[in-house]
Amino acid sequence: MKHGKIHSIESCGTVDGPGIRFVLFLQGCPLRCQYCHNPDTWKIGDGTDMTVESLMKEIVKYKSFMRFSNGGVTLTGGEPLLQVEFVYELIMACKREGIHTAIDTSGYIFNDYAKKVIDEVDLVLLDVKHSDPKQYEFITGAKLQPTLDFLNYLGELGKPVWIRYVLVPGLTDQPEAIEALALHLSQYNNIEKIEILPFHKMGEYKWAQLGETYRLKDFDEPTKIQMIEAMAILKKHNLNVVTT
Amino acid sequence: MSDAWKNFEKGTWQTSVDVRDFIQHNHIPYEGDDKFLVGPTDTTNQLWKKVMALFAEETRKGILDAESKVPSSITSHGPGYIDQSLETIVGFQTDHPLKRGIMPYGGVKVVKDALTAYGYKLDPETEKIFTEYRKTHNAGVFDAYTEAMRDARRSGIITGLPDAYGRGRIIGDYRRVALYGIDFLIQMKNKEKKELEMDYMDAYVIKLREELSEQIRALGAVKEMAKSYGFDVSQPAVTAKEAIQWTYFGYLAAIKEQDGAAMSLGRVSTFFDIYIEQDIKNGLLDEKAAQELIDHFVMKLRMVRFLRTPAYNELFSGDPTWVTEVIGGVGIDGRTLVSKTSYRMLNTLYTLGAAPEPNLTILWSNRLPEAFKRYVSKVSIDTSSIQYENDDLMRPKYGDDYGIACCVSAMRLGKQMQFFGARANLAKALLYAINGGKDEKTGLQIAPLFAPITSDVLTYEEVMPRFDLVMDWLSQLYINTLNIIHYMHDKYAYEKLQLALHDRDVHRTSACGIAGLSVVADSLSAIKYSKVKIIRNAEGLAIDYEVEPDSYPAFGNNDDAVDQIAKDVVEQFMTKLRRHKTYRDSTPTMSILTITSNVVYGKMTGSTPDGRKAGEPFAPGANPMHGRDHHGAIASMASVAKLPYDQAEDGISYTFSIVPRALGKDKTQQVNNLVGMLDGYFYDGGHHINVNVFDKETLLDAMEHPEEYPQLTIRVSGYAVNFVKLTREQQLDVIHRTFHERA
Repeated sequence: MKHGKIHSIESCGTVDGPGIRFVLFLQGCPLRCQYCHNPDTWKIGDGTDMTVESLMKEIVKYKSFMRFSNGGVTLTGGEPLLQVEFVYELIMACKREGIHTAIDTSGYIFNDYAKKVIDEVDLVLLDVKHSDPKQYEFITGAKLQPTLDFLNYLGELGKPVWIRYVLVPGLTDQPEAIEALALHLSQYNNIEKIEILPFHKMGEYKWAQLGETYRLKDFDEPTKIQMIEAMAILKKHNLNVVTT
Repeated sequence: MSDAWKNFEKGTWQTSVDVRDFIQHNHIPYEGDDKFLVGPTDTTNQLWKKVMALFAEETRKGILDAESKVPSSITSHGPGYIDQSLETIVGFQTDHPLKRGIMPYGGVKVVKDALTAYGYKLDPETEKIFTEYRKTHNAGVFDAYTEAMRDARRSGIITGLPDAYGRGRIIGDYRRVALYGIDFLIQMKNKEKKELEMDYMDAYVIKLREELSEQIRALGAVKEMAKSYGFDVSQPAVTAKEAIQWTYFGYLAAIKEQDGAAMSLGRVSTFFDIYIEQDIKNGLLDEKAAQELIDHFVMKLRMVRFLRTPAYNELFSGDPTWVTEVIGGVGIDGRTLVSKTSYRMLNTLYTLGAAPEPNLTILWSNRLPEAFKRYVSKVSIDTSSIQYENDDLMRPKYGDDYGIACCVSAMRLGKQMQFFGARANLAKALLYAINGGKDEKTGLQIAPLFAPITSDVLTYEEVMPRFDLVMDWLSQLYINTLNIIHYMHDKYAYEKLQLALHDRDVHRTSACGIAGLSVVADSLSAIKYSKVKIIRNAEGLAIDYEVEPDSYPAFGNNDDAVDQIAKDVVEQFMTKLRRHKTYRDSTPTMSILTITSNVVYGKMTGSTPDGRKAGEPFAPGANPMHGRDHHGAIASMASVAKLPYDQAEDGISYTFSIVPRALGKDKTQQVNNLVGMLDGYFYDGGHHINVNVFDKETLLDAMEHPEEYPQLTIRVSGYAVNFVKLTREQQLDVIHRTFHERA
């Protein structure tokens, strides 16, 4: 049985994918996003060791709730694809139980193993942090290209995708960047929706606990108007945009 | 037969009293959405404004007015109106709206105390009559109680017993008045009586014959009462307005005669729908007028009042009457029982605003029309005023024409009643097990003497056999106490009108109950999986316990290690109850329901091994203890759903509070997820759920500014209340309960 490192579990998630979801936060992330609200999931090797078997025992307890709400299981993190073999087995186990699966990923890890997971998973929540490679690297400390390749592969498969974009005024809200994102996304017809998530600082205290410097201390959460303006750009391209 | 029936589909309902058969032959299932609904008429708005003014005055004064001389009966008080020119449906319990009647047959002392508490004085002559000449239920009970029963009552191991007030939880089939008219019902009762001219008159037959005579007189009184309002109810109702008015007269007669704790209505919406749709088809009604009829009927139900003592209010806060109306469900042939009038009834929460009464109860089935599921979920999110019960679980036991008495007690309408038995305090029973039958607060020997636990740390092996022993004693004492109470209630305060609207041979249950289930389950879990140290006083009585918080699996986290303990306790106690002989050969049942008495039970109970301190409230009903359900909303639901309904057929109450954003990002998602939660919970065997959707901040604000929240309604265990009418203590209890906030 495969083991995985789990940061935490939420039995009643309603914001990470459709319906009521059993949300599994996996430990470890290769990105260092400046606005991250779960920096405690970064460090690889931390977390609780759990087997696919023991997790499935928990998951099936909630099967009725998932089934009737058209929900399922969402693997998020951290970056779930850092533990790709474990994630693959877990997804296969869910499929055997008839449970809908989703992964929430940055798309940074794109290799043959990741493809195996993508082939099987029902829905991908793809977090795109910025459309400009330089800005992307500035925000995340990593390259944008793997994410684009990842998206391309999803497009080839026709895999259902929800794009997630965090709106941070002064960091990710440049109209031209959002315009570029819209243009890029318009090429695909497997993107079911785009969620614009307003930046919030509820995770700031965790940075202090970890001894990390929080660089967005002076950044504001977006106003309603800023949210609407950003969404309008995407809507112009006939994209299905929603927010929280 | 009757001309009133000429447009209806024929059936056996025409020759024998069978409302279900009438509904099944004539109802129109509705699978559509709520778009047809309309708002209130101007008349409704005007009338409701007057009612709101009366409510405000009542809140200011405590009660608006009370009778102090004439005992309430079906015909005791003349007609009463708010404004006759505006009222489509008429009738009040006394000659003025919200004026409270007195019912001394249950007990004259309670009447006197209640009147005194509100500054009224019981007429000396009336007091004399019910002291010297006419014995009351209360006096009868105390003549027969044993010493052990009095002790158990005083120590609080059995409380809330209906030995000084009406037992309630009987639902007359009020629809019979509309469908058949009184004359036919009297004719059928006479026939039932005639069949009891036996060769040998034993006590059973004699009692029944006397009761039938009482019933027949009560039916006659209904005609007289209706006449005082200008209606002749001897014949069947013809129009929708008459059907609603006739049915309401039946119900009104019941609440003029009895002040039972719960005076539930039954299942009238889809019955009314048959008449409404017929009138609409014939051009007699339009949607506006149909909604107006329902609105005016519901206004009357919101104005049902009983005179209660302040002590009663501590147990059941907020002046509840449990005018429970069940809505929805599925017929045994698979057709939904949802009708347009199911929607119209729920629409009153918008036309008149949110309110605790009538206690609107959705009978949920996975097979309910999707549009209806979505609509009721939206109503919950908007108003927090409705409760849900599992039709798929109850239909196999009660058929498809049952109602809910009070909060969670299912019964076949017109065919079944219960002997209400309040509840036993199982948490206290566990403490008696540790202390060798002594009460942890007074040190008095209440249960029979046996060896107390003398070690410093509690072990499962030492506690369980003693707990079993205490439950043996308690179950026997409990059933015997109920036997006395209900013998006397039948004798001195028989519900003649409500039983007149039943078949002759009624199925009776002895409805016991338990309080403190999650305290007991967590305590046993702590004993089993953690280390619980006993703290004793100078006399050696265990009065407190030391246990690390979160050191044991707690009920409400979907963890079988403790959920199984809760299941076992329920089954164990029910099995013991079944061993004892009951009054009138009633079937023993059990509920896991506290209403708001979880606060009072907690007050009367010492510290418990789960770490709960002396005096702290229990969780209500079958709820997990506050703040111990860490695994999110549906983990808590899933634990409760495991409790066996077969062992608790009188109902398992669960109150669930969630903040809107935890249900989803927008209204559509919130509705979808709530539907999913309800479907999942009921599919897994959950019996009942109260759903509250709001932020804690709203309640805190309402505590500070009650005048701004006159209609803020919340669901507590089994009923709904105006939040601002709760005692401060109970408001705090509600606020401290778990609000599921994780998303």
